[in-house]
Amino acid sequence: MAKSYNAGVKDYRETYWEPNYSVKETDILACFKITPQDGVPREELAAAVAAESSTGTWTTVWTDLLTDLDYYKGRAYAIEDVPGDDTCFYAFIAYPIDLFEEGSVVNILTSLVGNVFGFKALRALRLEDIRFPLAYVMTCNGPPQGIQQERDILNKYGRPLLGCTIKPKLGLSAKNYGRACYEGLRGGLDFTKDDENVNSQPFMRWRARFDFVQEAIEKAEAETGERKGHYLNVTAPTFDEMMKRAEYAKEIGTPIIMHDYLTGGLTANTGLAQWCQDNGMLLHIHRAMHAVLDRNPHHGIHFRVLTKVLRLSGGDHLHSGTVVGKLEGDREATLGWIDTMRDSFVKEDRSRGLFFDQDWGSMPGVIPVASGGIHVWHMPALVNIFGDDSCLQFGGGTLGHPWGNAAGAAANRVAVEACVEARNAGRELEKEGKDILTSAAKHSPELKIAMETWKEIKFEFDTVDKIDVAHK
Amino acid sequence: MSDMQDYNSSLGDAAQSRKFETFSYLPPLSTESTRAQIQYIVDKGWNPSIEHTEPENAISNYWYMWKLPLFGESDVDAVLAELEACHKAHPDNHVRLLGLDNFAQCAGASMVIYRGTAV
Repeated sequence: MAKSYNAGVKDYRETYWEPNYSVKETDILACFKITPQDGVPREELAAAVAAESSTGTWTTVWTDLLTDLDYYKGRAYAIEDVPGDDTCFYAFIAYPIDLFEEGSVVNILTSLVGNVFGFKALRALRLEDIRFPLAYVMTCNGPPQGIQQERDILNKYGRPLLGCTIKPKLGLSAKNYGRACYEGLRGGLDFTKDDENVNSQPFMRWRARFDFVQEAIEKAEAETGERKGHYLNVTAPTFDEMMKRAEYAKEIGTPIIMHDYLTGGLTANTGLAQWCQDNGMLLHIHRAMHAVLDRNPHHGIHFRVLTKVLRLSGGDHLHSGTVVGKLEGDREATLGWIDTMRDSFVKEDRSRGLFFDQDWGSMPGVIPVASGGIHVWHMPALVNIFGDDSCLQFGGGTLGHPWGNAAGAAANRVAVEACVEARNAGRELEKEGKDILTSAAKHSPELKIAMETWKEIKFEFDTVDKIDVAHK
Repeated sequence: MSDMQDYNSSLGDAAQSRKFETFSYLPPLSTESTRAQIQYIVDKGWNPSIEHTEPENAISNYWYMWKLPLFGESDVDAVLAELEACHKAHPDNHVRLLGLDNFAQCAGASMVIYRGTAV
């Protein structure tokens, strides 16, 4: 029998709280951490989040009856305590796949982290994780090349890739900048990198930078006989301007370009990634603005969600944190999201902050980039934590070498190869790291000086955003 | 400044400057170290494969295969013997050992074992 229309305000939970709902394979699932205002029941809040992030509004409307609301609505299906924190709880919400446009992480985020985050009944709200059903994954284009193809394009096998961000971040002329790149590349780096805020400023317009850097790449390739690249940042004020720079990068034969996916925006990123796939280019992704979204444990979007979003939108490299360097990053949580970048199936594992199984099917993986405050002494731990399918990026740890960039690059290259050789031979890197580096330095004066320069530097602040664990 | 060392690399000095990707910044692997790397490839379940090239053509993706990849070979000495045989047949060439991962469809390891004449 058809329903009749009753105007007015109903509790959200009458419609959007379904504890007996059995999740469909094609549902998009989300886990939110909800911090309520005093006195609002958990079920009502969970239902409110489900409603406000899907079909609902605050009052009943007659047009609800023109559709099959039971088919289209999101519903809250479970509530859990947050281990170690009584101020908040987890709510699990299922959304039918038909709520979202195919291949659009833009559309999904607009729903899931849209108006609901300003909802007054919530003190704070955090999107902890999303399960993208394989049926949805298959509608997305994903990484332009993927890890294996990148290795084949660059002829780099069986070790982490090695990079360096050029400093000072801002203020160098294009020719001096190209010099800094050339020195790093000839010393043994695979990549140098534009810093995120290098776009096209008056002191160095993009076109001059691209030309000088490409010459640096080609000279270093001829000199070393190895393949090299530089992440030419095409992030720009408009989509058309971004594409103009990308087209020019392709024209001069550079292998890899770069984009900031959060400040540049997901629409731009998804379009650029598709273009990269069509044009045989690698795409390095920077994540400026992520800490604004992901660092507060009670409000925002967890980085593991931003990771999944990027893999779907498209990128071949993504900054992941280092665990050991100057930037925030809990070890277990980092291992969780680097698996999420690279693996084809990632199992639910609460100890790594993974709330759902995630099946990526045959979508290629993304290479995690460890960058920020790292140097040769961190190398054994980095190789152990990140493994071969990673890019280790030493900025100050290359350019700060007393003998210059080429020597700094060679020190890092010797160190990474010594660690990989030792690991393959069955040695334990984090225990025997000092010994491995010390004996490698016997054949490398560059490494020896690097080890003397940076020995004492450590970053030992406690992590602000930790995995939730029981405190009682 | 007197303690500072020059980074000695140039287009003109091939022997000093040309590299061969993984492990080429380390001294050449000893026989014992090579054995350990072969064991690693075998333990990973990868197929050992041997390739060689004239040094002037090293930039190519396709080096010459030495016979076929050693599918299913787990005897370290057998792989070592094939490396030696390839080197004897082509003493001026680079000879590299790969570990082919057929699930990833990508080499999991690649290293030059015999370094040919530098060009």
